[in-house]
Amino acid sequence: MRTYKEQMGTQTTIEKLEILADAAKYDASCASSGTSKRNSTGGKGIGSTEGMGICHAYAPDGRCISLLKILLTNHCVFDCHYCVNRKSSNVRRARFTPQEVVDLTLSFYRRNYIEGLFLSSGIVKSSNHTMEQLVEVARMLREEHDFRGYIHLKTIPEADPELVHQAGLYADRVSINVELPTDAGLTRLAPDKNARQIEGAMGKLKSDIVEAKDNRKRFRHAPRFAPAGQSTQMIVGADAATDADIVGKASRLYDSFRLRRVYYSAFSPIPDASAVLPLKRPPLIREHRLYQSDWLMRFYGYQPSEVMQATEADGNLPLDIDPKLAWALKFRERFPVDVNRASKEQLLRVPGLGVRAVGRILASRRHRTMRLEDVAKLTVSIAKVRPFIVTADWRPVLLTDRADLRALLAPKQEQLELFAA
Amino acid sequence: MTALQHVKLGTYYVVALPEADDFDFWRERARALVQCEVPPDRIAWVEPGGSGSLFSHGDRRLPVPPADAPPVRASKAFVSLAKSAICHSDPERFALLYRLLWRLQANPRLLEDGADTEVRRLDELARTVRRDIHKMRAFVRFRLVESEDEEAGEHYVAWFEPEHHILRTNAGFFVRRFANMKWSILTPKGSLHWDGNVLEEGPPAQRSDAPQGDPTEDLWRKYYASIFNPARLKIGAMLKEMPRKYWKNMPEAVLIPELVAGAQSRESQMVAAGALEFDERPETLEAIDKAIHACRKCPIGSLDNHAVMGEGPKDAALMIVGEQPGDQEDLAGRPFVGPAGQLLDWHLERAGIDRRSAYVTNAVKHFKFVQRGKRRLHQSPTAKEIDTCRWWVESERQIVQPRLILAMGASAARGMLGKTVSISKARGAPIPLEDGSELWVTAHPSYLLRLDGAAQEEQSRLFDADLAAVKARLAELAG
Ligand code: SF4
Repeated sequence: MRTYKEQMGTQTTIEKLEILADAAKYDASCASSGTSKRNSTGGKGIGSTEGMGICHAYAPDGRCISLLKILLTNHCVFDCHYCVNRKSSNVRRARFTPQEVVDLTLSFYRRNYIEGLFLSSGIVKSSNHTMEQLVEVARMLREEHDFRGYIHLKTIPEADPELVHQAGLYADRVSINVELPTDAGLTRLAPDKNARQIEGAMGKLKSDIVEAKDNRKRFRHAPRFAPAGQSTQMIVGADAATDADIVGKASRLYDSFRLRRVYYSAFSPIPDASAVLPLKRPPLIREHRLYQSDWLMRFYGYQPSEVMQATEADGNLPLDIDPKLAWALKFRERFPVDVNRASKEQLLRVPGLGVRAVGRILASRRHRTMRLEDVAKLTVSIAKVRPFIVTADWRPVLLTDRADLRALLAPKQEQLELFAA
Repeated sequence: MTALQHVKLGTYYVVALPEADDFDFWRERARALVQCEVPPDRIAWVEPGGSGSLFSHGDRRLPVPPADAPPVRASKAFVSLAKSAICHSDPERFALLYRLLWRLQANPRLLEDGADTEVRRLDELARTVRRDIHKMRAFVRFRLVESEDEEAGEHYVAWFEPEHHILRTNAGFFVRRFANMKWSILTPKGSLHWDGNVLEEGPPAQRSDAPQGDPTEDLWRKYYASIFNPARLKIGAMLKEMPRKYWKNMPEAVLIPELVAGAQSRESQMVAAGALEFDERPETLEAIDKAIHACRKCPIGSLDNHAVMGEGPKDAALMIVGEQPGDQEDLAGRPFVGPAGQLLDWHLERAGIDRRSAYVTNAVKHFKFVQRGKRRLHQSPTAKEIDTCRWWVESERQIVQPRLILAMGASAARGMLGKTVSISKARGAPIPLEDGSELWVTAHPSYLLRLDGAAQEEQSRLFDADLAAVKARLAELAG
């Protein structure tokens, strides 16, 4: 029999890529937007970022592919139950050298397949050793190859803060996954992890980011630090946390650590899962509802407490209708809203009116008194909006009092989706 | 182009554009025509290659505005939308832009009226063009051309089929991104060539002018196939952002049909490979007893053995957890009846703990052994086996709801905590568990059996101390 070392040595790049991309697919984030603008003119290397990220392909799971998202290695000394790379799992293992990751990133980038690299890793030897390797990849890309594309590093909360700091100097974005919405879930499913350590590391990153921003205001040449900020991910449906728990946790994280994004990843069956996990994956639509509620808080002025008001008795958001509609149905007394008079804030509460539609209504109504057909031109579906608005020629006939309003408005298609999930 | 002439009222005019996306040219002509008060329905705008002029008899000599003509007004919003919209392939776009410019003179804030049909059309054209620009940035795939000539260096060539006239508008993006690379983008509407210093425009090209493959595409395809999660197929979402019309020039797209077709079996493989199909948690101890006898979730269950259920009061305040049944337990079908059990009983008695008041069970429900002749030799369960069987001890815990759990040995501790702890470090102090109960960890009595002399005395003493602490703590909890 060949020794373990020999087996590793004979793996080709393509075999490693298969294993280490496969292991990275449970991370929801692939975004490459919101960093500082730069391009490769005047440099030696390649790459640019122009604010907006680019999705270079879409996978059959509907998710965007914008970055080369891989693990440096899927060996891990930790034993988190929801994780496919857990120590006690029997998955095939592989390990890239930093040089291999650099080469892959550059050759994909040159062919315009990707915006950059999203690198994370299982923990080998020690947290510090692993973090050093991650930083080394970013350093080689930036310093040796003058790479100006996007780099996202998943940092290891247990590593020395100085190493985590270095990651922020090379990367556009840094992230630390909180993994699970509740401390109880974390204790149970990620026994090697520690909530306080994770939040401590996030807090440190936040102050590094704030400080670097501050310095750049005063000294033009102060080094940039993670210009695209920090993000995190939590797994939904692996423990008993309700949507109310999750929304609460997310809003606390946004507030305390000024995160750019919280990603939700519906727990999905993983090879070699442990028996402590639930057997059924949660419906994907649950993940979707959480993103919608995130959206309500970030762009529509909803307070976390208001999103929680939209949950049902079991603490979860309804699956058949979106959270905005759920909220509106619970607070019917706030409707209908007069399209010709209402404030922007009031209009943003109307189910079916997006930020864009509200902007167009506000602009248009300076020129005309809005009738139902005018609103229809500016919205995706007037049927959904109609029960909640008043226009020059329309007033809902106590529709907001109808008990079957929910059934009337619940989109048929989403029910199908539910069924399919 | 024809030099501008003087105004001819009542005439139709034909404006032929030199390029399909020439905004400046359009703006010059449109401005003059507005100043000469030529109404929109008197002008035919013709793009290169376009014939469709109803006014083929129209006059190609345009009127010259009088020197004192008022300036033409256009809002910033209009100019920026028009610059995008002019790249659209709709032959009507120039006329639409002119109509809007015409109307803007009377109503400078026209663009704000999103409910106006022409404003909406402009918006839509601009949006479509921006999307096409974005998709080109995303879906261009360069291929490396191997050159004989070493001097020439690497050359990257792409074939792309944009829907609208966006090639020139988009050139800057590729120049900024690949500034130090030599590249060409070939399209049916024209081509771009960048040598690292200078950008040149070339004539329309054909697909056969572009290289056919690149070895890196195998890696890229492997990546594409591996990064998606087959457990969450969402074909509609994919098609919305990456419509089929783009597929033919994307090397990874050939995989899509088989990936979609194979996803379901890949998902079930994922589940079969690991995620164990436990049903709902059993609600009674009897149900657990029945279920563990049928359980084959880990290889131990398939040895020639029976399962051993925990025993004791359903509402015991103390739960004692061992590693796994041994030879005698397996035969008797009861936990802790063999030598280790007898030693445990002896120590419990000394500590003043009534075994019958405790719920006694094991982290692993089946006996793991290797056959040596007639003897079945005990073997320790692996971490994975303990984690798998954890489902059953946890089910027992949920029903009994003990206030205190005594885990004996590393396997039992792992069954409770999900991670391996060192007994010597963990013993002597409670570990709070998430359900509010607390865990105490001690050695397994069979460990004591294997020792002798001073070592055995020392370990017995420690074991007794642990039991005494548990006894005291139980009294406290009951108090
Ligand atoms: S040892 Fe536990 S998990 Fe393994 S087969 Fe027996 S009951 Fe099932």
